[in-house]
Amino acid sequence: MNAKILALVVFPGVAAAQGFAGLGTDAAGFSVPQPDPVFDFPTDHGPHPDYRIEWWYLTANLEGPNGTPYGLQWTLFRSALAPDAGEGWTAPQLWMGHAAVTTPDAHFVTERLARGGIGQAGVTATPFAAWIDDWQLAGTFDVARMTASGPDFAYDMDLTATGPLIFHGDAGYSVKSAKGQASYYYSQPFYEVSGTLTLPTGEVPVTGSAWLDREWSSQPLAEDQSGWDWFSLSFDDGSKMMGFLLRQTDGSAYSSGTWIDPESTTPYGDGAFAATPLRWAKVAGRDIPVSWQVTLPERGVDVTVTAINDAAWMDTSVPYWEGPVTVTGSHEGQGYLEMTGYE
Amino acid sequence: MLLTAKDIHKTYQTADGPFAVLRGVSLTLAAGETLALTGESGSGKSTLLHLIGGLDVPDTGQILLDGTDIAALDDTGRAALRRGTVGVVFQQFNLIPSLRVADNIAFQARLAGQYDAAWCAELADRMGLKPQLRKYPEQLSGGQQQRVAIARTLAPRPKLVLADEPTGNLDEGTAEVVLSLMLDLVTETRAGLLMVTHSDRLAGRMTRRLHLAKGQVA
Amino acid sequence: MTGTILTALVSHWWRNPLQLFTLLAGLALATALWSGVQAVNAEARASYDAAANTLGEGQFDQLVAQGGGTIPQATYVSLRRAGWLVSPVVEGRLNGVRIVGLDPLTAPGGLGPIRLDEGADIGTFLTGRGQLFGQQSALDDLGDLGPDAVVSPDVAPGTVITDIGVAQQLLGLEGQVSRMLIAPDQPINQVALEVAAPEVRRQPAQGGSDIARLTDSFHLNLTAFGLLSFAVGIFIVNGAIGLAFEQRRPVVRTLRALGVPLPQLIILMALELAIMALVAGGIGVMLGYVIASLLLPDVAATLRGLYGADVAGTLQLRPVWWLSGLAIALGGTALAAGGAFWKLARMPLLAGAAPRALAMAAGRRAVFQGVCAVILLIAALLLGITGTGLLAGFVMLGCLLIGAALALPVLLDRALALFQSRTAEVRAAWFWADTRQQLPGLSLALMALLLAMAANVGVSTMVSSFRLTFTGFLDQRLASELYVTAQDPAQAAELQDFLAPRVDAILPIVSAEVEIAGLPTEIFGARDHATYRDARAFLTAAATPWDAVAAGEGILINEQLARRSGLVVGDAVTFAGRDLTIAATYGDYGNPIGQAIINEALFKTLYPDITPLRFGLRMDAAEVPAVVAALIDDQGLSADQMINQARIKQFSLDVFDRTFTVTTALNVLTLAVAGFAILMSLLTLAAMRVPQLAPAWAMGMTRAQLGRFELIRAVLLAVLTAIAALPLGLALAWALLAVVNVAAFGWKLPMFLFPMDYLRLLIFALLAAGLAALWPAWRLSRTPPSDLLKVFSNER
Repeated sequence: MNAKILALVVFPGVAAAQGFAGLGTDAAGFSVPQPDPVFDFPTDHGPHPDYRIEWWYLTANLEGPNGTPYGLQWTLFRSALAPDAGEGWTAPQLWMGHAAVTTPDAHFVTERLARGGIGQAGVTATPFAAWIDDWQLAGTFDVARMTASGPDFAYDMDLTATGPLIFHGDAGYSVKSAKGQASYYYSQPFYEVSGTLTLPTGEVPVTGSAWLDREWSSQPLAEDQSGWDWFSLSFDDGSKMMGFLLRQTDGSAYSSGTWIDPESTTPYGDGAFAATPLRWAKVAGRDIPVSWQVTLPERGVDVTVTAINDAAWMDTSVPYWEGPVTVTGSHEGQGYLEMTGYE
Repeated sequence: MLLTAKDIHKTYQTADGPFAVLRGVSLTLAAGETLALTGESGSGKSTLLHLIGGLDVPDTGQILLDGTDIAALDDTGRAALRRGTVGVVFQQFNLIPSLRVADNIAFQARLAGQYDAAWCAELADRMGLKPQLRKYPEQLSGGQQQRVAIARTLAPRPKLVLADEPTGNLDEGTAEVVLSLMLDLVTETRAGLLMVTHSDRLAGRMTRRLHLAKGQVA
Repeated sequence: MTGTILTALVSHWWRNPLQLFTLLAGLALATALWSGVQAVNAEARASYDAAANTLGEGQFDQLVAQGGGTIPQATYVSLRRAGWLVSPVVEGRLNGVRIVGLDPLTAPGGLGPIRLDEGADIGTFLTGRGQLFGQQSALDDLGDLGPDAVVSPDVAPGTVITDIGVAQQLLGLEGQVSRMLIAPDQPINQVALEVAAPEVRRQPAQGGSDIARLTDSFHLNLTAFGLLSFAVGIFIVNGAIGLAFEQRRPVVRTLRALGVPLPQLIILMALELAIMALVAGGIGVMLGYVIASLLLPDVAATLRGLYGADVAGTLQLRPVWWLSGLAIALGGTALAAGGAFWKLARMPLLAGAAPRALAMAAGRRAVFQGVCAVILLIAALLLGITGTGLLAGFVMLGCLLIGAALALPVLLDRALALFQSRTAEVRAAWFWADTRQQLPGLSLALMALLLAMAANVGVSTMVSSFRLTFTGFLDQRLASELYVTAQDPAQAAELQDFLAPRVDAILPIVSAEVEIAGLPTEIFGARDHATYRDARAFLTAAATPWDAVAAGEGILINEQLARRSGLVVGDAVTFAGRDLTIAATYGDYGNPIGQAIINEALFKTLYPDITPLRFGLRMDAAEVPAVVAALIDDQGLSADQMINQARIKQFSLDVFDRTFTVTTALNVLTLAVAGFAILMSLLTLAAMRVPQLAPAWAMGMTRAQLGRFELIRAVLLAVLTAIAALPLGLALAWALLAVVNVAAFGWKLPMFLFPMDYLRLLIFALLAAGLAALWPAWRLSRTPPSDLLKVFSNER
């Protein structure tokens, strides 16, 4: 049995979240997100072992000394085989880390898998630390150091939060389908980042901004959902927007969005946020939309979102597309795009 | 002329040095004619028969059979000649022990692609072999075996029949019967017959007679 | 025309089913012996490969504890957190089954041979009751331990794979790992190993598995047996085909006289033979499978006992055997039939001068064979004196065997001539003369008997010598009555305190891996103790080797290291900055790598970090059970941590008894095959012999007498052949032990002689020959007088 098949089996939740319909959508024995959540920080920055699937998902848009744009990803997934923290080898908590760096003409990816319960991977809320092997995101939730390494790249970044946490959907209760599947979902989109990328061509000092998503759930996708397209966009005027489409197998989509500006945060339900593919590219043998027309008419947003590098393919056990984008049109800016479930 | 042999020479290597068996023998034979070849042991009569039958090749000389020089044929050509054109009746019968009498009779005709079931049946009948058709050669007497061999030789209707002391292994009475049968059938099929024998009595029943002595026609 | 020719050819077999049977049976037996032995070898090797591939030991570098023993699990976690992509493995034995626990999430080879569709449930495997994957027999041996047992045929025999957590619990190794596999791709910026985990040592990936190298010697022996069996088989096939052609010669002549072209006849006969070879080959492969499956349990037990190699006790029918078995049958037939076809093609169409020519040809062939034999035997001798290397060894074996086989008819003829000249009595004189006359017809079968016997003498000698040497070696090696292994230095210290008042002496066993003369060598530190001084025998030694070692100036090296490096006693070696003089070399059977012994004190100086965890304990043999019980009850040692010398020796002897079972079975088989060859030759000769026997009968010998003579003749020829086979077999054994073994493995086995074994073999051979001659002799005694009379009644 090879590692990829294994990861698919041990991370059914992630696989489902990443658009593998039919895998692990059953929530038997696990807690299920309920409306009107009350969060308790810093505890909720830590893991929730009674939910099947959870992630600490950070993406960053960075710039080198000569203005070259870079994308960076640091992700830790938790997947539970049973709703129980456990200890030692028998702990049913499994961890998967993904790290990536995207340049305009290269994309570096690596992956780690680990068992919970023996100290090889995990998350603690106080002091805040999320780690798998030698990768970590640790310090406090607002000021942290983030490292990751692979066979051909590494990075070491300092993060400082300059704004509040943002809660998506109904105060952090994010509905994912018309049938009511939901997750708890909040973000810290206001990190300022500086640090060093180690690439095959040498070390590059970079600065920029990062967006961390925290999400946990037990049944993230409905049976008839085949994948998703997720956008986190930061505009030059200081406003930000998160939006996603959950594609249905019948060709329609369920959409959701959040508008973030210095004054307020506004959630938008199904239909307000829209995104239409403009250009498709052949990536890893699949057709992937790498340029989109994205609109949120109620905020006057009508922009073209374009991948900095079409080939930002995450060739991990559960494969997907994740990369930095530029934004032009009604608003100018940058952001990250994640697309799953493209066969 | 069916057969013309001209100035045949043949020498064998023996332990005591070369031995010239044939030293310039010539003969002719017409279709329907029967010729007895007589002579002492070692006079070369069997060798001459073998050369004409394409079982061996002369050192020099020409053997024209139906206009073809068989001395000039290669192995395959001579094998083809033995299959259909010339039939040889051996002293030791040379039947195939693992085949039944009927199959032995049909064998050469089949090989030559000239199998005629009616003719084979008639031959068996004329040779008095009808009750023996399902038997194996080892279950037959010598005379019966030779009759099988003669039927086999005649089955493809050869133009020339060669017989090497065909009755040498048979008692006199049986020999007489077998020879008569062979002569009748040869005459009927308008084939030529060349028979080696050292019996004056048998030679007398042929239309012609040629006596060999020391490798030459005496 | 083709059809007509075929009816004639095929009808021959219908009328002579016995001939058909002998031909098919000869071919089938030859194929069976070859493919049976090959199947046993292949199955064993497949098992090693499966074992090696369980975790990819061959592919991945590993981390092991510096001083041996286990590694704390915390070290694994800190290595991972230092950027080392390593995967933990826990390994141990339980109820005789090798338990391998691994972490599928980090293992570079994943779950190895386990497939998802085989009932793997990852939830149960990782966190539930656990799952044990293994072959049915291993799971049965293990018994019900709680976790679900899942039958998984691809897992190596005698091995069970499970999650590391389950394995730790089953083996009582909670919080410990046995070793770690290093993934091939490591991240950049990782912390240096010495900093991250100074207590572990990196061990490079091995080209092949240790087990495979260890057992090569055993398999080489089996392969040699297989080759010899095949040579015997080829002689039989040659005999069978020669017989078939001889008997069909008149028919072939008739067919050609009737006008069948020679090339077509040869093609058709070759085709006919090829079909028979395929049929016989198929039967042979199936027979070989039966032989192999009968032998395999014993072979598996032998390998497990000798080398700890687990081999499946049951056989899988692999397609490659079919192919190789059929290829061998076809190839062997072609080899054997080549000569017969050549003769057929050159056979004169007319029988005329043939007998004389044939007789002359036979004479010429005898001379030619004699010359060939002499040349081959001289070549074998020269190679034996000057040759080095495996190839030379095998070429020498080949020259020796073929040369001897070719020389046999000449030798037998001379021997018979000698007997004949010393005999005055008329019937005896006739007997000798008649036997000589029969010799050419029997010589192929006798050659087969010679090779079979020589192979048996050779292999028996080799196996018995190995047994004597190995048990003697065990006496030296396991000089202490009991061996204990501590899990860690703390337990080691505790054990020493506990044992000091209870035993006569505690001898620590420490080792380190070094390079000597550029060769990987395991170096041991030995205490200066009577145990070693008394027990150890040397191959070569200076005057007082142990004194030199005790003084810290001398070093003892094993034969493997000495042979590979070319070092001899008195040479100096340098390692770890020290110059030491080689004081002696010693035999070290079965060990694939170099080994050396230095003084314990010197070892401590050179390797201060290595604390001994293994100890040899000297005591009265009667007290061993009490000490073992005390260690288990008071010190909590597990049975795995102790080795009882007496038990090991008994076990080794049991294992050798198994080996003998295998050897004896193969002996009987090859002799049976040779006996069969004799039977066929006698049957061939029977028809031709009637004219030879008729005069003797006519002159007053009874048919019963003739039959008796026939029987006596076969046994007598077998005796003569056996006498020739004994020195040949011994030469073969010598070549295997002293030339091939040295070239292949670097150690020489001393040769011992086993007269009782040879006597038993001789009796077997006589029995085979006698049985083979019984039926032809009986038939002869019943020959109808009319058949004998026929000889006089007509010229043939």
